[in-house]
Amino acid sequence: METREVLFEYVLRLGDNALILGQRLCELLGWAPELEEEMALANIALDYIGQARMFLSYAGEIEGKGRDEDQLAYTRDVLDFRCALMVQQPNGDFAHTMARLFLMSAFNEQLYGWLVRSKDQRLAEIAEKALKEVRYHVRHSGEWVIRLGDGTEESHRRMQRAIEDLWLYTGELFTPDEVDQAMAAEGIGPDLAALKPAWQQKVEAVLREATLERPADGWMPTGGKDGRMHSEHLGHILSELQFLQRAYPGLRW
Amino acid sequence: MGVEVRDPELERIRAVLTQVQDPEIPQLSVVDLGIVREVVRDEAGVPVVRITPTYSGCPATALIEFEIRRALDAAGFAEARIETVLSPPWTTDWITEEGRRKLKAAGIAPPAPGERRGALFARDPEVACPRCGSTDTAKVSEFGSTPCKALWRCRSCREPFEYFKCL
Repeated sequence: METREVLFEYVLRLGDNALILGQRLCELLGWAPELEEEMALANIALDYIGQARMFLSYAGEIEGKGRDEDQLAYTRDVLDFRCALMVQQPNGDFAHTMARLFLMSAFNEQLYGWLVRSKDQRLAEIAEKALKEVRYHVRHSGEWVIRLGDGTEESHRRMQRAIEDLWLYTGELFTPDEVDQAMAAEGIGPDLAALKPAWQQKVEAVLREATLERPADGWMPTGGKDGRMHSEHLGHILSELQFLQRAYPGLRW
Repeated sequence: MGVEVRDPELERIRAVLTQVQDPEIPQLSVVDLGIVREVVRDEAGVPVVRITPTYSGCPATALIEFEIRRALDAAGFAEARIETVLSPPWTTDWITEEGRRKLKAAGIAPPAPGERRGALFARDPEVACPRCGSTDTAKVSEFGSTPCKALWRCRSCREPFEYFKCL
């Protein structure tokens, strides 16, 4: 692949991760356990959708085929998506929703924190903006992990299960493939494995305070960010996300 | 910021911008909020208004650009361009003194400096009630009606109020 194509792939990943996580959180509108939390989740979803727009617009420019953010979001088929398995996971109960948001936001905090120094100036600018928002998300979701983990017997049991269920998808985030390696070699993206210690430290500190056990690292699936093997969930997410453009192709406001 | 030489046309554009309201907080102009970064001329001498979004996903961003365009056109500056810049990212430090005063008058507590950063369960900032001035206040929700605000309440006068979050 040429550098341009690799960069396109890389920026798509950033955009798709933000888009699908944002879409997942939007599903909770009208369903959150309390009003304040509903506003919180909607606000966080909005931040992620905003980040997705900036990344996908840039991806479209890199590709140079005239596709804009909307076309990339609404008209690509499942196998053309490049989002991590983590963000595809269903909302589950409130513990799952918060655990996923915490693990992913803590990852994004490290990733964006590195991208601020990327040799790609546009990525650095987007990351600088997004980092401020993501820090807020880490704090908010982390507080819920602690509150539920160190809460009642029932909330503890559920949060422990959520962390265990989702731990499986943390491996892919830190496992570099050719695209990640090429970007790291160019100074555009980080060495993913090198981000892990700081992420782990943050996550473990929260789990400790939440009286939760850190799951063991076993075999972990990959295949989301390279589109090789998505979870079954992704198609269902897209069926809702892309409905309007599928039913009425090219429809505009 | 570019070098600000006195340029009567740019001064007039700045004056027009002080009349453009923020769609979510109409008491404040886009200048008060620090959304307008600078008004300069490009190499060809065309006036350029540089604006910056507050939050990535703020739905008001597109409307703000629209309102600025409309105001510029109506004031005879149809040739002026609007550019969106991301870096350095917007911060609540750019809200002007005038803006902070107007926020308070609108019942919204302005961002309190010395904000906690990063730490979990860190102390909340000291926020004074915009109505009675008491600092005996408590956070109800970290998120509010727009991305930039949180919900608080005053324990002294018992009134709920909004707090403009530090970013």
